[in-house]
Amino acid sequence: MKTSSLICLLAFASPVAATSFGATVPTAGKVEFNRDIRPILSDNCFHCHGPDQNHRKAKLRLDVREAAIEKKAFVPGNAEESELLKRLVSTDHDELMPPPDSNKTLTTDQKETLKRWIQQGAEYQAHWSYVSPKKESIPNGRQAVDELVHRRLAVVGLKPSAEADRRTLIRRLYSDLIGLPPSPAEVSAFVADLAPDAYSKLVERILESPHYGERMAQGWLDVVRFADTIGYHSDNPRNVWPYRDWVIKSFNENKRFDRFTLEQVAGDLLPDADRESRVGSAFNRLILSTEEGGAQPKDYELRMLTDRVRSIGAAWLGQTTGCAQCHDHKFDPITAKDFYSLGAFFADIKEPILGKREDGMILATPEQEQKLATLDRTLADAKKKYDAIIPQLDAAQKLWEAEPETLSGTLPELDKNTKVSPADKKTAQLAASALRKEEKSRSAKEKKEIQTYFRTLATNVFTTERDALAHAEKERLDYYQPLTKCLTTTGTEDKRVVRILARGNFLDETGEVVKAALPHYLPQPKIEGREPNRLDLAQWLVSRENPLTARTVVNRMWKQFFGTGLSKVLDDLGAQGETPPNAALLDWLACEFMDSGWDVKHIVRTIVSSATYKQTSNGTQELIAADPYNRELARQSAFRFDAELVRDNALKVSGLLAPTVGGPSVKPYQPERYWENLNFPAREYPADKGENQYRRGLYTWWQRSFLHPSMLAFDAPSREEACAERNRSNIPQQALVLLNDPTYVEAARTFAGRILSECKGTTSQRISWAFERALQRSPRAEELTTMQSLLEKQTAVYQLNPPAAESLLQTGLAPAPEALDKTELAAWVHVARVLLNLHESITRA
Amino acid sequence: MKASQFHPQTRRVFLGKTTQGLGAVALASLTGTSLMQGAPASGVLGTLPLPQKAKRVIWLSMAGGPSHLETFDPKPKLAEMDGQPMPESFTKGQQLAQLQGQKLNCFGPQHGFEKFGKNQTEICNLFPQIGSVLDEICLVRSMTTDAINHDPAHMFMNTGSQIAGRPSMGSWVTYGLGSEAADLPGFVVLTSLGKGGQNQPIASRQWSSGFLPSRYQGVQLRSKGDPVLYLGNPPGITLDQQGSDVDAINALNRQHAKLVDDPEIATRIAQYEMAFQMQASVPELMNVTGENAATLELYGCQPGDGSFASNCLLARRLAERGVRFIQLYHKDWDHHGGIKQGVALKAAEIDRACMALITDLKQRGMLDSTLIVWAGEFGRTPMSQGGSGRDHHNKAMSVWLSGAGVQGGLVYGATDELGYAAVEDVATVHDLHATMLNQLGIKHDAFTVKFQGLDAKLSGVEGGKVLKKVLT
Repeated sequence: MKTSSLICLLAFASPVAATSFGATVPTAGKVEFNRDIRPILSDNCFHCHGPDQNHRKAKLRLDVREAAIEKKAFVPGNAEESELLKRLVSTDHDELMPPPDSNKTLTTDQKETLKRWIQQGAEYQAHWSYVSPKKESIPNGRQAVDELVHRRLAVVGLKPSAEADRRTLIRRLYSDLIGLPPSPAEVSAFVADLAPDAYSKLVERILESPHYGERMAQGWLDVVRFADTIGYHSDNPRNVWPYRDWVIKSFNENKRFDRFTLEQVAGDLLPDADRESRVGSAFNRLILSTEEGGAQPKDYELRMLTDRVRSIGAAWLGQTTGCAQCHDHKFDPITAKDFYSLGAFFADIKEPILGKREDGMILATPEQEQKLATLDRTLADAKKKYDAIIPQLDAAQKLWEAEPETLSGTLPELDKNTKVSPADKKTAQLAASALRKEEKSRSAKEKKEIQTYFRTLATNVFTTERDALAHAEKERLDYYQPLTKCLTTTGTEDKRVVRILARGNFLDETGEVVKAALPHYLPQPKIEGREPNRLDLAQWLVSRENPLTARTVVNRMWKQFFGTGLSKVLDDLGAQGETPPNAALLDWLACEFMDSGWDVKHIVRTIVSSATYKQTSNGTQELIAADPYNRELARQSAFRFDAELVRDNALKVSGLLAPTVGGPSVKPYQPERYWENLNFPAREYPADKGENQYRRGLYTWWQRSFLHPSMLAFDAPSREEACAERNRSNIPQQALVLLNDPTYVEAARTFAGRILSECKGTTSQRISWAFERALQRSPRAEELTTMQSLLEKQTAVYQLNPPAAESLLQTGLAPAPEALDKTELAAWVHVARVLLNLHESITRA
Repeated sequence: MKASQFHPQTRRVFLGKTTQGLGAVALASLTGTSLMQGAPASGVLGTLPLPQKAKRVIWLSMAGGPSHLETFDPKPKLAEMDGQPMPESFTKGQQLAQLQGQKLNCFGPQHGFEKFGKNQTEICNLFPQIGSVLDEICLVRSMTTDAINHDPAHMFMNTGSQIAGRPSMGSWVTYGLGSEAADLPGFVVLTSLGKGGQNQPIASRQWSSGFLPSRYQGVQLRSKGDPVLYLGNPPGITLDQQGSDVDAINALNRQHAKLVDDPEIATRIAQYEMAFQMQASVPELMNVTGENAATLELYGCQPGDGSFASNCLLARRLAERGVRFIQLYHKDWDHHGGIKQGVALKAAEIDRACMALITDLKQRGMLDSTLIVWAGEFGRTPMSQGGSGRDHHNKAMSVWLSGAGVQGGLVYGATDELGYAAVEDVATVHDLHATMLNQLGIKHDAFTVKFQGLDAKLSGVEGGKVLKKVLT
């Protein structure tokens, strides 16, 4: 133990370890290409000697063994004779590799590793994630996750940690699976349940909670960059929230991940396409778009295409495709042609390239649909009657036009003394200037302006028909507007032409036109006699042959339960990502995911039921020294709640939380003028009243250019780009939010009210009661003392200044309990807010 | 340590080790230095490879796209051709914004030009105050950019990329160098609105830290309401009471830290202390009533008026307090129409303030160590739009630099005779970033962070070049 941790420490002091953060295996033994060599070559050499043929130097590529040997880069088994090694140590600046101006240098250890690899025969391996995952066999009766973790621990010389205590376990499960804290009663019931299946019963109960879907949705909404607004410039709203609810519902119903994929990418093309699958297809519409004047269609066509390709790459494939927008990828085999061919799958989507998005599909209840149909019929009738009178109207207009006053453009609305709405005045102005022109020289637009004026303002004939039409139109619109709508995908035969754009330049129209095609370096389905479509793409994403999707998805799930992915870089399983220290485990989970029929709950259950998951997050000093980033899983990890959960926790503990699932996005309190830099149009932020003020964080209105500042402070992403992994920062703004944001002040005063009205004991009993609510444990003696003296201090302040207590209790919309003494209540607000601010309160351990 | 080898978790490990043995020492050292961003004062770069001419940057972002033809780039030939068709040789096959596909006519400069400074450099006569300090300024008349709409162009100017999610330059710089400000953010953003009333949206992504840790994001200082979001105590709670609560929170966190292994607790304690300090230091910063009358007169502003001039004064105060990157946005430069009056209005708002900032810093001996950059997100067309304005344009724009090793009085680069495209010493946004980093002592092509498999750089994957001629 001691020796191995010493080796590890030394290894970590050297930059070699920068490529892999797992505990290091002793250096003797076989060098493995994927684990040991590819990271070195990829990072230092592939930029000029890799897949990008246009940028390749000296026609040498090192990513293909035969090519490298042919160009005599190395002689397998003979390191001394290998040009590659000579170049690494050359003192001649022109010979030295990597060249000095690349700012790349290899460490002595890296050079040594390369040498040993060549000496051992310079064997290559196909890149790990492009090969189908293999499922290791697990002895009967063994939990697969534990078996594979323990096998790896034996290799690196570490031992698993003990199981966490029951309170920690239930808090962990609640946080990871539903994102809300358990009640004290739920904790004590679990602690008291000595049955052997107590834990698995708990897991099953939580998996059935409607909040499970909310918790699982959060990460998915990040990778598909779900937001309420379009992103660019004016960043105006669009109708997409039903998609968010579709995601929640899908997780709650445990919709199989393959179906979940098909509905999103091709929900309109499925043979059994229905309203639900079409809402899923809103995924294709979650891109950024613009309403900026002067935007060029070709420019934004390109932006939308690349946005979609990057998103598929991040959410399903774990591939960073962005580079291939301008050139063949420098590290991975994806070419510019692959990139644009992938983009061509989406060329059929009917949508405006510039300007406002359409309202989308109406998601009405049967009653609403009926009512709307009635209104449509009324409107059609009124229109018919109106159309019938048009010849007579036109005749009347002719007569009116012949009048001298009309001809001179002297219209009553333009008289200084007439009171008239600005809109009517405008109509009259347009008509007047058109009327002053010769009839022959009037444009179609001008003729229309005269007609509009005549029909809406000048004439008093056929008022019944005209009023009936106006009324029917208004009634229909008033009913239609508040109906729920969602952008969805509709395909068209009239597809956009997709070209390879050299260097991503949209003005260049010389590039090769490409058809939809799957990346050439991955297994392909047989599609003959037709161009593949989005449904083919979706089916390919979740086909058994696709080596990437299952790995990418379970890797992200793992992160939710351990704080770090099995392969650390969640959106890049390519050459520049990380070969997972425990590849066997990632592969087993990926295979199990597919074998189970893409059953998400099954994978979640498998992970959280493992002894590995249940370990304490408190490592011994030796363990922390040997594996500081916990890549080997000999313990659990503690990490801060995500932004949404920080909010949810405070609302739940205080009793303010409105647990409603789904619905339009909501607007929690937000500092005034936070949106002052938004325009076209200028935006008001009316904070929600009533229940909607107290909804879970995931329902927060997602304004891409100005995300709610409390969410932003806790690292919620703006969702302009796919985000597979959020930052987890620890910054002073977080303290300011928890101390001063009215949401948290209101939560504290509501919590204080509950302490006083629901616990009728002594001060220390009340403090204990509050600890149980907030942390599901009793206070320790010194904590009790700290809280008691704080309470005394704050009580004294409010006794001297009762109006201060009054104003504190007015923060937020929730009513203050009348029956309580205001001074006492205000002092307890401080106890409550201290609890809500604790590190422990916002940490999952 | 090379930045590319820096791993965000390094610090975590450091704390992890120290809290187990030297907790008290670690905390004391933490609270003593720049904790605002949680960053070590030295930044990830440690010893700098180049001499550090600029200790800080003040970036004046003229949002909307100022016309180079009514500011710093005189074009007598364009005046001659006013009203005549724009020669097609200039514009054929080019990317235009709102003028795409329309008839293109030359539109002469709407204001006169005058000579200023030792080199008798011509700039628009609306800017006599800037003219009076022109010997401290290097004009770059050959700047170009890739984008042609506001939002992507701001993104490009701030991050070197048109794709959202990249760190802004202020984040890069504070990440690399840390901050010397004890109790203020290292990267501060101020915005002001002009009298023209245009309010082009500016997204908060313009000061986002992108893929860098959140502590490097720009913090917006607002002239109305809480200067920093959530800075003010809740109603009914005094600063003293707040202090008691923070003490209690930290006491409980410390007690908790003894029982569990979580290095983040030490950081959290430090962040609460820092937040509490900010509650005092930010109002002190914003309160300019202590500035003497001569200074207020120099800038020509009223305390708290939220004007660009007030923000320039605040920029100086921020610079004095060690803030690393200060970015001022002044809106209203989007003159599709009424450019004659529009630019005059803008000039009145910024001319004196720019001069004052340069003069004030110089008087205090700080200009040598402060790099000032004045730049919009793109230039404007020499062709008319609607008879009184100019469209967006990315082939030519004027920017200027001052202070910190910049050659005063110099004009760098030139556009063609109609001001359509930069033709001499053509400069790119990547070059501007490279030059800025160079003055900060950073090798721009070695300052990289791994992102999506790439060694991402502020100065672009393809690399910019330092504009050596601009520098002394």
